[in-house]
Amino acid sequence: MKRSGFWGLAAVLGLSAAPAAAQQVKLTGAGATFPNVIYQNWMLSYNQANPGVQLNYQSIGSGGGIRQFSDKTVDFGATDAPMTDSAIAAIQGNVLHIPTVLGAVVVTYNLPGVTQQLKFTPALIADIFLGKLTKWNDARITAVNGGLRLPDMDILVVHRSDGSGTSYIFTDYLSKISSEWKDKVGKGTSVNWPVGLGGRGNEGVAATVNQTPGAVGYVELAYARGNRLPYGQVQNRSGAFMNPTLEATTAAFAAAIPNMGPTTDFRVSITDPAAADAYPIASMTYLLLRKEYDDPAKAQALVKFVWWAETEGQAKAAPLGYAPLPAALRPWISDRLSSIMAGGQKVWTASAAR
Amino acid sequence: MLPPQGPPLRGVVFAQPVTGSLHGRDGSLAGATYLAGVSLETTDTPSKVKAAVRLTAPETPALVRHHRRNLGDPTYRVILTGLAVLLPLLMLAVAGQLAISAAPALKKFGFNFMFTTTWDPVAEVYGAAPMIFGTVVSSLLALLIAVPLSLGTAIFLTEFAPRWLRQPIGFLVELLAAVPSVVYGLWGVFVLIPLLRTVAVPPLRAVLGWTPFFKGVFYGNSMLAGGVILAIMIVPYIAAVSREVLLAVPSSQREAAMGLGATRWEAVWSAVLPYGRAGIMGAIMLGFGRALGETMAVTMLIGNRHDLGASLLQPAYTMAAAIANEFSEATTPMYLSALFAVGLVLFVITITINALARLLVWRVAKGAAVGSKAL
Repeated sequence: MKRSGFWGLAAVLGLSAAPAAAQQVKLTGAGATFPNVIYQNWMLSYNQANPGVQLNYQSIGSGGGIRQFSDKTVDFGATDAPMTDSAIAAIQGNVLHIPTVLGAVVVTYNLPGVTQQLKFTPALIADIFLGKLTKWNDARITAVNGGLRLPDMDILVVHRSDGSGTSYIFTDYLSKISSEWKDKVGKGTSVNWPVGLGGRGNEGVAATVNQTPGAVGYVELAYARGNRLPYGQVQNRSGAFMNPTLEATTAAFAAAIPNMGPTTDFRVSITDPAAADAYPIASMTYLLLRKEYDDPAKAQALVKFVWWAETEGQAKAAPLGYAPLPAALRPWISDRLSSIMAGGQKVWTASAAR
Repeated sequence: MLPPQGPPLRGVVFAQPVTGSLHGRDGSLAGATYLAGVSLETTDTPSKVKAAVRLTAPETPALVRHHRRNLGDPTYRVILTGLAVLLPLLMLAVAGQLAISAAPALKKFGFNFMFTTTWDPVAEVYGAAPMIFGTVVSSLLALLIAVPLSLGTAIFLTEFAPRWLRQPIGFLVELLAAVPSVVYGLWGVFVLIPLLRTVAVPPLRAVLGWTPFFKGVFYGNSMLAGGVILAIMIVPYIAAVSREVLLAVPSSQREAAMGLGATRWEAVWSAVLPYGRAGIMGAIMLGFGRALGETMAVTMLIGNRHDLGASLLQPAYTMAAAIANEFSEATTPMYLSALFAVGLVLFVITITINALARLLVWRVAKGAAVGSKAL
């Protein structure tokens, strides 16, 4: 108690006098599993360049991240699905959603003897996951795929059994393209799936699809690329069949920027965008920061790290299988970051960073 | 026939100063102090024992006074009592916490929580019937497979196996218990399910396809796969405990049965097994308890579907698997509360089954005692 009070006081005094007071700052965060790989990479690199800042991230899942962030047991949270209005109200609105990288969700399948990449229209995906399409050689599927001969097999839907941001993105997309899905099922990290069976984690879905002829499921793009799973092209709103590339994912985000505006809280869905070159099942993942911190030293170190991740750190995204944020977004992010207060004072300005 | 003084006494023979105690196995003579002495098992006549007691008697007053001032014993008793009370308290605390956290969901859904089948986190409608059903059925299925397998193993190991084979096989069976749950799950996904799909299910369906239990398309992850993996996981527990029970059956039982002209099989069936049935029942219940709570391997194989169906080929769900799967992303208070309610139901079911098992074992043990007297 005494000690933290002392450091807090020291930090306040230090800020006004000499901003670069060298001291050890420990920051802990918890949340989404999807960005875990790049977060760990970022934190390691950042710590090497700034030995005074120690960062620790636990990938316990988005829901757990939101819980721990709300309970103030961590300095920052991370989530794939944005917090709901009621969850934000429960912590008196003391949260900022800062997007970090983008992810896409791919439709993977197991069809023995089919070497050609499958094409899916939104209607096909919706009806498969609603259980209305039950055979792979259904005329509607072959028609979309140019008369491709598909086996006479039952379609087995594989979904996530654990609550997951991946499910949130996928059901968000389905809710947009199918009113029946929206009414019957809706969107969420866990939903009441009309058909199919549940696999635990991306790896569980992938293993089940791999082991089961006739299966179809959804996994994160980074996971599908890493494990060389077959995945389908998905038709976007302008009619083009898109591969889930990093470029097409970033394009999906870019298309959503005009809908956001400079004062956005970034809690927008970027699935099913209007852009012609966008892959339609994409989403951002967020860091959760507080608008008000108690400890200025911590707040300043945290914001500096986040800004580093948003600028230099973005170069690490593509090699690790994540799509970087469009650079056009940076002014808005720096606006949010510079609004963060601690002890009644701002802790960071964009001009200080440059 | 025996003289009426009861069980043989354990005596203490003393050096000076002559103090000490004598106590029967029933503790009737316990008392005084525990200073140096030579302990020996004795079946001495009561008169000799009495002499020893008399010898110590004159020395006791001073020692008793010393004993009163000694705080060691009461402290010791308080500590032990505390430890013994702590565990039940801990259990009550767990139950209480579960009940408090589950209260919002139970208040909203009432008893319907246990009997409705919809589990919809989006609409915030929760019914746990499919999970309760799946938990009980998968565990019963596991028992159905595991009990004959493990009893057979135990009987073979104690009655029929050549001596050199007993140790290695017993060791290997017990080794099954040391394999981590997640490894069973992996093995199940990559070995068991393909095996079920190609080898086991087609003939099962050919013979029993007309029953409701083997209807529908078989994809692999199913109640059947979950039950089979559970069976393999509980075999070592049932087998190891049953083996110990059978080893404890006095050989006079076997000899008597053989002496009456029984074959080896008849001796096992009519003399050895009835003698050990209380213990064997306990072993089975131990396995059942394990199966009810098993999480990781089951969730990897059972298909994780909130669905209630008779077919073993269809995916199902268990309570433990659902809690493990959904807890980390349960973001709304009601969702979290519903999961706590599932935990509470699991807790109550497990305790009830354990209590029933205890009752059963007591009753059977009584019957066995009567039976052994009759022999």
